[in-house]
Amino acid sequence: MKPSDQKPNQGDSRRDFLKKSSVITAIALTPGIAVKAAENNADERFAELFEKIPLNLTVNNKAYKALVEPRVTLLDYLREELHLTGTKKGCDHGQCGACTVHVDGQRVNSCLSLAVMNEGKKITTIEGLADGDTLHPMQAAFIKHDGFQCGYCTSGQIMSAVACIREGHTSSRAEISEYMSGNICRCGAYPNIVDAIVDVKEGGATV
Amino acid sequence: MINFQYLRTTSVKSAIALLLKDKNAKFLAGGTNLIDLMKRGVTAPEKLIDINHVPLKQIEQIGNKIHIGALATNTAVADHALIKEKLPLLSWALQAGASAQLRNVATVGGNMMQRTRCGYFYDTEMPCNKRQPGTGCGAMEGFNRMHAIFGTSEKCIAVHPSDMCVALTALDAEVVLANGKGERKIAFKDFHRLAGDTPQLDNNLKADEMIIRVEIPVNNLAKNYHYLKVRDRASYAFALVSVAAAFELNNNKITDIRLAMGGVAHKPWRLTASENFLKGKEATLSNFEKAAELAMTGAKGFGENNFKLKLAPNTIIEALNLAKSKA
Repeated sequence: MKPSDQKPNQGDSRRDFLKKSSVITAIALTPGIAVKAAENNADERFAELFEKIPLNLTVNNKAYKALVEPRVTLLDYLREELHLTGTKKGCDHGQCGACTVHVDGQRVNSCLSLAVMNEGKKITTIEGLADGDTLHPMQAAFIKHDGFQCGYCTSGQIMSAVACIREGHTSSRAEISEYMSGNICRCGAYPNIVDAIVDVKEGGATV
Repeated sequence: MINFQYLRTTSVKSAIALLLKDKNAKFLAGGTNLIDLMKRGVTAPEKLIDINHVPLKQIEQIGNKIHIGALATNTAVADHALIKEKLPLLSWALQAGASAQLRNVATVGGNMMQRTRCGYFYDTEMPCNKRQPGTGCGAMEGFNRMHAIFGTSEKCIAVHPSDMCVALTALDAEVVLANGKGERKIAFKDFHRLAGDTPQLDNNLKADEMIIRVEIPVNNLAKNYHYLKVRDRASYAFALVSVAAAFELNNNKITDIRLAMGGVAHKPWRLTASENFLKGKEATLSNFEKAAELAMTGAKGFGENNFKLKLAPNTIIEALNLAKSKA
């Protein structure tokens, strides 16, 4: 194998790269080179260079720049990289809604979105709802109506509830329940969650 | 999730060119099914081609057809004034599927491409001819409560999980597909396949093709229609049985009708025999019952799903009743 074959370039597929990086590993097993390659952790570093993607996004009105692996979900990026742990990982499969955030104003499950798919987008998480120490009306209504017990689903419920009002899906309790069905609450706080949403809607506060 | 190469593209032409370069590449749209399958190890593409920036989001009437781009989101389609007015059955079916969060990103093309929710397909420790041809079907004699009663094969009894596709099948939609050389158009009802000997193939999309749009003829079925979805909870669950029903009524006589079922076969199940029977007949309960009986020809249960043999005709009758009473 020629030395030039060892260096991955942008046009290569991942499979090609892996083949080539295993060549590096094979070479690394020979004495002398082995020590140097191990010290530099050569193929790990190549893998990182090759696989990380630049990402620019705005979270709660703050701009972020990062390099991320394509497999990192928006949820994991928010929690693990930005330490915005208000957004919860429940099922991690789009079935529970605990990870709900707003992307360009629309509610989505952040567990089923890759961070890199959100290039240039504006994200709002539960941390971005309050105005300083003043709670968002929906947060205040959840407290007033006891819209939670353990609290694990609550940030997702609140993000979904705000979207539900903005979308105009609050004409009846039945419609609210239908449009909140993507947020599961194992404690069963549903009636109180609907109470909170009805209260905010009838109160006419801007959400 | 096994890592992969990620590419972004902004045109149909470059999307197809990238696809042709690598057989192990997949298009990424909303990702609500694909990312889930990748997390579970059911699929592990080496390359994802993000097509979210390809301009295929249009919803418009051209002549007597409504065109919906492959990347229009489920929410955009369901809420669009044109769809609500002229194809309300489609709007209803879309709103019966998934949750508001998922519908905000899930696309028309992605909905068509979604895989079955059969538990054996999802569990990589289990045999599944669809996931890994030749390993057998775990559902055949296993947990098969959600499974098919029509058009099954010895290899697979999985069902297609979409609601949208049931409505599009009923509405005589067509699908426009493109490859590097040009476009072709096929009937929506011919897009998905029965399992037969090749359960690994869900549909007739070729390896070098991309879904561009669906086209739906404008009809007179926007008054008497209903999408009835029966499921284990009131919302946000896959169908045990669903029925899309729409007809044109003149002095209580049915002059045109469309009927299709979901949750019962490997593809959306059009009820042609029932449609032919009802055409020209009075919209009465006894005719609805006869049509439902006709629909069940060839149905077969596999144990846990035997209840569908009764639930399906009852759902057809109820959907027709509800469509009739909508005035």
